[in-house]
Amino acid sequence: MMRKSRWKIYNQTEFYLFIVLIVLSTILAFVNPKFLRLENIFDLLRNYTFLGILALGQLVVLISGGIDVSFTAIATVSQYIMGVIISKYYIDNILVALAIPIPIGIALGLVNALLVYYTRVHPVIITISTLNVFYGFLMFITSGRWIYKFPPSFRNFVQIKILSFTSAKGTPYGLSILTLFWIIVAVMTWFILKHTNIGRKIYAVGGNLEAARRAGINIFRTYIFVYCYMGGLAGLASFVQAQLAQIIQPNAIVGKELDVLAAAILGGASVFGGSGTVPGAILGVLLIAIIKNGLVLMRIPAYWHQVVMGAIIAGAASVTALQMKFKSRRMVRKNVD
Amino acid sequence: MSIKELLNTRMIFKKTQATVLGFILIFLIILMTIMTRGKLLHLSNLQAVAFQLPLLGTLTLAQMIPMITGGIDLSIISTANLSGIIMAFILTKLSGWYTTPLAIVVGVAVSLVVGVLNGILVAYISVPAIIATLGMMIFIRGVALVLTRGYVIAGFPDSFVFIGNGDIFGIPMPFIIFFALILLMLLILNKTRFGFNLYMLGSNITATEFSGVNVKRVLFNTHLLSSLLAGVASIIMISRFNAAQADYGQSYLLLTVLACVLGGVNPAGGYGKVMGVFASIVVLQVVATGFNLLGFSSHLANALWGLILLIVMLINRMISKAE
Repeated sequence: MMRKSRWKIYNQTEFYLFIVLIVLSTILAFVNPKFLRLENIFDLLRNYTFLGILALGQLVVLISGGIDVSFTAIATVSQYIMGVIISKYYIDNILVALAIPIPIGIALGLVNALLVYYTRVHPVIITISTLNVFYGFLMFITSGRWIYKFPPSFRNFVQIKILSFTSAKGTPYGLSILTLFWIIVAVMTWFILKHTNIGRKIYAVGGNLEAARRAGINIFRTYIFVYCYMGGLAGLASFVQAQLAQIIQPNAIVGKELDVLAAAILGGASVFGGSGTVPGAILGVLLIAIIKNGLVLMRIPAYWHQVVMGAIIAGAASVTALQMKFKSRRMVRKNVD
Repeated sequence: MSIKELLNTRMIFKKTQATVLGFILIFLIILMTIMTRGKLLHLSNLQAVAFQLPLLGTLTLAQMIPMITGGIDLSIISTANLSGIIMAFILTKLSGWYTTPLAIVVGVAVSLVVGVLNGILVAYISVPAIIATLGMMIFIRGVALVLTRGYVIAGFPDSFVFIGNGDIFGIPMPFIIFFALILLMLLILNKTRFGFNLYMLGSNITATEFSGVNVKRVLFNTHLLSSLLAGVASIIMISRFNAAQADYGQSYLLLTVLACVLGGVNPAGGYGKVMGVFASIVVLQVVATGFNLLGFSSHLANALWGLILLIVMLINRMISKAE
């Protein structure tokens, strides 16, 4: 019975998100017909790849029952080190550039995992601390200097398109190669969560830590995987961000952590752990992209953006909490029967 | 009775933690006194500490209450800024004998509204405190930005500025307010039913509910009290700076959590003493002044705060493992 009702499509967060997404898109298309142009959509997908990759990493952490707010600092540190190396030694090879930030991110993620596991303190407190440590020391050492002299391969990579079109005016546009990164990470995350041992363990640990421990799941290894995955994706996302901006500013990424959290929570991931899906995390990012794009298209001043974002986070978290409440109420009634 | 006993045993073991941490920080102060060649403990510096301490202290008390329940309030700084801005509007737009009291009443009322919203979200809708107050933090800061467009509102009447900068018989006004708050908190946490329920809820929410306590009501009041304290902190803050802005004191958020953890508040809930927190605030403020004297940038200071917090939590864990 439970199983059947859980799989009904209208019971799923993703379904509602999809409906909201379509309604909003329709409204926006009426306000500004430019919105639905393939060009705008491709741009949106490219510009939100950074957020999209991070949201997938955060999703995995949230499912495990944790939370990571230090990923912006991890991304900043790994991006900066990449920038220093490729500009100083002028390494004209995009694969090398891509290979630098990811292991750095994984290493910093490992620091988070070890601290979370050994101190047993709530990960939000741990990662607020590591955020300050990573970012503070980076800013102190570099005094916030920008990096912008990149080799040609780094400068040209962002121009590559996987699908190319030519608009009516004759200007070329297409789906950026950066978006491909998002797609690959999404498929990979989905595969890990759905079809691998570690993926199922992550759900188990997040669902009920004590039960998972008694079932013989190695909590320590699960934590290491989860936080390192987030760290590695933060490294990858920082590469994407550097590609888009073509300049490395140490203060460009820190401050985005709430957007990512909002996207993951909107997508139905619970901060209690144990739930959340890849399609949800993608839809959450798209929803935020469309709302922000919409606020701009409707000429609403930037001051209002935070008000809207805050209301969305509180609202989405409330809906999730209420859903859980009703679900547990139903379960109680079942037990009595 | 058994809960009380449980609390007692935890208190004893937490006390040993607090002493160890106390030693670490005293060591840090001695180190910095040597590094600044004694300037740190100079009288003028200690006076500066007495003026600065109440702001961090009041915000820390605001953080402490939800932390005792095992929650957290990420919105305290934004709340303080928002009620500061509303007070600043009244203080700069109106003039008359009633301006200062009116501003204070309205400012506190604004903070209470935030408290009610936080309370509803956490207690009645059951949103985890971290997420609820995170959303509220962004929301309130947004409202503050919309109201001020990012500008600073400055120039308040003397009677209001006196609260942050004046002194009575040489004792700074903010310190008198803070001292009163400490006494009030001691009373609330140790002598009232609400205080007892607060600790009980923090150590075991299910047991508390089954022992007939209205858990939701206690959680709601927790956030009300926390925001109220943030409102009082706001009075101290804007009267001290003689200005209000949407983005003041953002770095205080980490510091309040640090001060609570250093002071022996258990982030998982159930334990935290006012005097422990008071001691940790004093030490933290002296260390912060030391950072200033040594010319550390805010980034380096933040990094060091983060590092200290991590070390403290690691030591905490080691001690509780050894016990």
